[in-house]
Amino acid sequence: MTNVAALKNVEVDYDRGLALGPFSLEIGDGEIVALVGPSGCGKSTALRLLAGLEQPTRGTVTRAAGRGETSVVFQAPTLAPWLSAQANVALPLELAGTARPEARRRADEALARVGLSGAEAARPAQLSGGMAMRVSLARALVTSPKLLLLDEPFAALDEITRRSLADDVLTLWAATKPAIVFVTHNVEEAVYMASRVVVISRGPGQIAGDFPVDGPLPRPAHFRTAASFRTTAEAVSTALAAGVAA
Amino acid sequence: MNRLAPLLLIALLLGGWEIACRVMQVPVYFLPPPSAVAGALAEHWPALVAASWRTLSVALISLLLASLIAQALAILTAVSPFLDRAIRPLASVVQVTPVVAIAPLVLIWAGLDHPERALVTLAVLVAFFPIFSGATAGLRSADPDLERLFALYGAGRWQRVVRLRLPSAVPFLLEGHKVGAGLALIGAVVAEFGAGSGGVRGLAWQILDAGNKLQTDRMIAALVVLGMMGVALHAVLEAIERAGLKWWRGR
Repeated sequence: MTNVAALKNVEVDYDRGLALGPFSLEIGDGEIVALVGPSGCGKSTALRLLAGLEQPTRGTVTRAAGRGETSVVFQAPTLAPWLSAQANVALPLELAGTARPEARRRADEALARVGLSGAEAARPAQLSGGMAMRVSLARALVTSPKLLLLDEPFAALDEITRRSLADDVLTLWAATKPAIVFVTHNVEEAVYMASRVVVISRGPGQIAGDFPVDGPLPRPAHFRTAASFRTTAEAVSTALAAGVAA
Repeated sequence: MNRLAPLLLIALLLGGWEIACRVMQVPVYFLPPPSAVAGALAEHWPALVAASWRTLSVALISLLLASLIAQALAILTAVSPFLDRAIRPLASVVQVTPVVAIAPLVLIWAGLDHPERALVTLAVLVAFFPIFSGATAGLRSADPDLERLFALYGAGRWQRVVRLRLPSAVPFLLEGHKVGAGLALIGAVVAEFGAGSGGVRGLAWQILDAGNKLQTDRMIAALVVLGMMGVALHAVLEAIERAGLKWWRGR
């Protein structure tokens, strides 16, 4: 398995001290990696390093996914309120120089993939939180990224919307198999969605555990009640608790 | 009922004024009763309307020019930190200098043959700052995560300004123009006072001219027209702002 991105012995200093590291993480092709950790452990910083939005103070970041092949979804939908859903999704393509009709056509396709056909003309303010998040997801997918980074993407949504979006992400993943790295507070969500859960301890953030998750992706029905799911979730929770205490 | 409250108060004040003038036999040149002002309003209506239009057109032209200059400069400050440092202090100087203090100088430079140019210049100076400061604040108001996405997508400097920062600034620009328009009208009137009888024969000139002739009723009539014009301008701009925000937010 080749790596899409790797952090090697990276450290990030902020004014208030060391925020992350030393920290090493390899993201394989088509892998779904969950980063779990307490608030302020630097998991979002790790994500921004993988995106190339931030540079490490020390250490190296290698990224096989080039410009335009990495997409990010933030905790908030982060849509431009003055643009329609379609124009928001078409934006990355248009900024990269794709002609408008082509960009809009591909935006419509991406919206259809996240189940938002018919909402092309809607403005973000007219959409529910879950729908806005789907538009954000469509915008991330429209460029057919090799690496998809999700920074606590469902944190602001209710439980039912969260779960249906988690399943949708896995279904979308199955179509093109990009590598996915996502940050979450929620252990169950991490184990449910990821093929590998990485636990990060607090201040400065370091890896406190790396757990592979067995089972097919997308998840079958009742996966949350399977014994293997419970065991992995317990192990992750234990490592998380130890990391918080450290 | 609540909507009628201000009208009721105005009626009450006018009634009291009328009665007081008659009972105390106040000389008309000192304080004419509302009925005399209404008479002057009717008598001089065509002249007052023409004068209002002159003042209003100076204010609107100034608003347009101030808008263009302020937004162009604000965009320069957004694109270049160097220009930002260069422009901001000067913009503040323009803001804190009273327009009446600059008026005589501007009248000498522009005013001898073209007094209306001097008036426009002065009103532009007054209307400039709220639009400029709204634009600079607005251009910095873009969602930081959207800025990050633009960086991720490899957007250039101008792409960021045109496709992210300017659209993000729209609510600030609407507010800045609303304040700027009110100030442009005030600026136009103050500049007319500064220009005196040599200036454009707008509403301020009407007030000055009537004052010189001790036509107190005509003075107050011009003042009433000026107030109505200000209220109307404000209402129009409020409506534009509401419609603009509705379009921007999409609901």
